Amino acid sequence: MESRARPDTVSKPAAISVTLYVNGEPSKLAIAPWTTLLDALRDRLHLTGTKKGCDHGQCGACTVLIDGRRVNSCLTLAVMKDGARITTVEGFAADGSLHPLQQAFIDHDAFQCGYCTPGQICSAAGLIAEGKAKTADEIRELMSGNICRCGAYPNIVAAIQQAMGAKT
Amino acid sequence: MINFEYARATDVADAIRQMAADPAAKFIAGGTNLIDLMKYDVERPMRLIDITHLPLKTVDETAGGGVRVGALVPNSDLAYHPLIEKRYPLLSSAILAGASQQLRNMASTGGNLLQRTRCFYFYDVATPCNKREPGSGCSAINGINRINAVLGTSESCIATHPSDMCVALAALEAKVHVAGAAGERTIAFDDFHRLPGDTPQLDNNLQPNEIITAIELPARGFADNYSYLKIRDRLSYAFALVSVAAALELDGGRIKEARLALGGVAHKPWRRPEAEAALRDQAVNSNAFAKAADILLGGAKGFAHNAFKIDLARRAIIRTLTQAANGTPQTQSSKKIR
Repeated sequence: MESRARPDTVSKPAAISVTLYVNGEPSKLAIAPWTTLLDALRDRLHLTGTKKGCDHGQCGACTVLIDGRRVNSCLTLAVMKDGARITTVEGFAADGSLHPLQQAFIDHDAFQCGYCTPGQICSAAGLIAEGKAKTADEIRELMSGNICRCGAYPNIVAAIQQAMGAKT
Repeated sequence: MINFEYARATDVADAIRQMAADPAAKFIAGGTNLIDLMKYDVERPMRLIDITHLPLKTVDETAGGGVRVGALVPNSDLAYHPLIEKRYPLLSSAILAGASQQLRNMASTGGNLLQRTRCFYFYDVATPCNKREPGSGCSAINGINRINAVLGTSESCIATHPSDMCVALAALEAKVHVAGAAGERTIAFDDFHRLPGDTPQLDNNLQPNEIITAIELPARGFADNYSYLKIRDRLSYAFALVSVAAALELDGGRIKEARLALGGVAHKPWRRPEAEAALRDQAVNSNAFAKAADILLGGAKGFAHNAFKIDLARRAIIRTLTQAANGTPQTQSSKKIR
């Protein structure tokens, strides 16, 4: 097949300059086109709160908000997000106080190992901003892109319900 | 992931020009499928042409009473768009049955049509696959084929098209607007995707250098009597084993017009005009639904692990038509099937 006959690397993989506004702070990076937003956040900006789980968009551990919308950062190329506002879990607490979602996850014991939690919290923030989930069934359905292998789902739903109540 | 060059296109003409100049390039929009395939070494483009800055992001009513959806409208925005929720709820429902909200936020309308099969062997570059490497053989036919097709298969390929959205678009008889170096053209939805035949490497009839610019929905939206039922191995965030889009227009207890399309069972959304004709002018009852199901599934052929899909599809068709006729469409949040 023609696409398989390509050389293993392109001849001059030039880095591209992008500015990412991460948690309100602009960061100018010279970045290779094949760098995912997830890798840029973790390896270049040292924001390791965002987790690499499956790296294939199946687990949701890498969820961040781009311009307020939740996305999988593992399937996002950083070069395509020049100028975007990105929120990671590190951007949630303000003035030394936990965000209501972070507090709700603690109050409801909504995690065990904690690896999926940053993605769960970013995803829940996106869910609340979307305003489509009202019932527990709707929260479960619209949070189905975030897998928790410890099985903390009932407590995650309860935590999100608490945070939704705090918002309204 | 492999290395590649990156370029941005400024408008449709620029995108077509850039693609024509580099046959080893690929367009990227949402990237949810393409980047995944690149990580698995299934797709190996030399260059990605970023089309996300093209002005194809609006949903507009057409002079003919339909709705035109720009190819770059994200799946989530389309599902929740007031015009779509009100006039084409079958499409909203099907979109919300697919993927996760994160992926729907990223994935584009045009990209949804162009996503590749999730056949295990297509993804596994250590195995033969005629879709990935023409002439190498099909590992699924005698392999683990539980998720594979039961209709329209060939000796070369038994892959399915994985989209939910496309099943609804087929039932609604959408049109696909494309542009290329030779100008613009419109493709009927049934003519867009292909059966595998002996060229399973071709998923659809888009020509090299062509780009999808919009999807057009006709005026008839079946907003009163529709349902999208998706049967899968877990309750959410899984591809369909079988899915059914049903849309009816009723006159009292009689069926004036019917549409019926299946997902998860073939290389394209599966429709048969004879099945829909068999419903027209019939009284609403389960015998008519069963007859349509039998016609739609005519010639179905199971493999070692997926023959269950034929019975499952038959029951799902009857159930979905019943839901549509009763005006009680399947909700995608509560998983109870009524």
